[in-house]
Amino acid sequence: MLTAAHLACSRGERRLFADISFSLAAGEWLHVQGENGAGKTSLLRLLVGLSPADAGEIRWRGALVGGMKTTPEAADFRRELLYLGHHAAVKDELDALENLRFSAAIDGLPFDQVKALAALQRLGLRGRESLPVRVLSAGQKRRVLLARLLTRTAAVWVLDEAFNALDSGAVQLLGALLNEHLAAGGLAVLTSHQPLPLPGGRVLAL
Amino acid sequence: MNALMAAVRRDVLLALRRRTDVLTAIFFFVIVASLFPLGIGPEPALLKKIAPGVLWVAALLATLLGLPRLFQADYLDGTLEQMALSPSPLALLIAGKILAHWLLCGLPLVLLAPVLGLQFGLDAASLGMLSLSLLLGTPLLSLIGATGAALTLGVRGGGVLLAVLVLPLYIPTLIFGAGAVAAQSAGLGVEGHLSLLAALLALAVFFAPWATTAALRIALE
Repeated sequence: MLTAAHLACSRGERRLFADISFSLAAGEWLHVQGENGAGKTSLLRLLVGLSPADAGEIRWRGALVGGMKTTPEAADFRRELLYLGHHAAVKDELDALENLRFSAAIDGLPFDQVKALAALQRLGLRGRESLPVRVLSAGQKRRVLLARLLTRTAAVWVLDEAFNALDSGAVQLLGALLNEHLAAGGLAVLTSHQPLPLPGGRVLAL
Repeated sequence: MNALMAAVRRDVLLALRRRTDVLTAIFFFVIVASLFPLGIGPEPALLKKIAPGVLWVAALLATLLGLPRLFQADYLDGTLEQMALSPSPLALLIAGKILAHWLLCGLPLVLLAPVLGLQFGLDAASLGMLSLSLLLGTPLLSLIGATGAALTLGVRGGGVLLAVLVLPLYIPTLIFGAGAVAAQSAGLGVEGHLSLLAALLALAVFFAPWATTAALRIALE
């Protein structure tokens, strides 16, 4: 259970949002909407703990997390959290498989090559797993990143504009992945400018 | 510890795929150190006297050359965010990156320095001392430099600012490092210089990764 209470955030002098509260139980997801510059990304960064909130608190399973804390509870939260931001976070010089392997190693998690290959195949990158990511297209790069949704088990997915640069097939695939994740008791928070036909959704308009 | 080794392996592999960055710093060191004997001319006594300072300053500048890129790529492509959100402590991952930087930049300088020292007519004992002082000193350069690189991350004109920030902090390392070699070639005791260099290194190994991590967290906010 992820709860946020009375979150506030400002950038410089400008107040982006204030008094944002919500709570998500297993199988529920939150669709953060708002025009450009409304603070969607800021809210997501706040939730995962990349930046501190001006006010309010974030709790995961009752324990206080967020704001770069180094407590054991915050580390537990990070273990169950997968955040995919605006940036691709994949290295151009490495191939898709190496990218996934190092992502796992940096998270301190074991790497399952069979699982990773299956993930890349499902994302339509079969035969391209040993090409440097540099030669892939923007959409394919995005797919390499999305493969982490399959290789890294996490209860909370926080996806920032995950549908960008994807073709219609990949959009459907990501929808299916989200469905499976929610059906398995996961939580998700995402921003997107398109309507998402997924059950259990809630809308937060900034 | 696994996370640290993973960070080291990743950075070394990336550097091997993109060799120019590593080779630039090494060539810079070789060229700068070779220009002095060519410019000053064959005066054995003078060359021998300036050798420790010249080689140490060249090593220092060669280290500085690659520092702005230490965190920049990871910062721009979002890898640093993922590291900050990793269940592994960020300080360990950053320590791994600093260790990789030393392996790729500091260690080649340690190995090359004696060869370059030959151009200055240093004797065998002084060449050995040059390697030893650089072996203790180059990790210090990487550690202090990483803190500076983290503090100037994402700042416009960060490269120049980094040099202004880091070069004064390099002064103690330079004094004791070059001093050890000069003392050796003058036939004086070197223990004092080396002990102080080692003490600085111990201090930096303990504090620099934490300071770097704190600076990176601020840059990520």
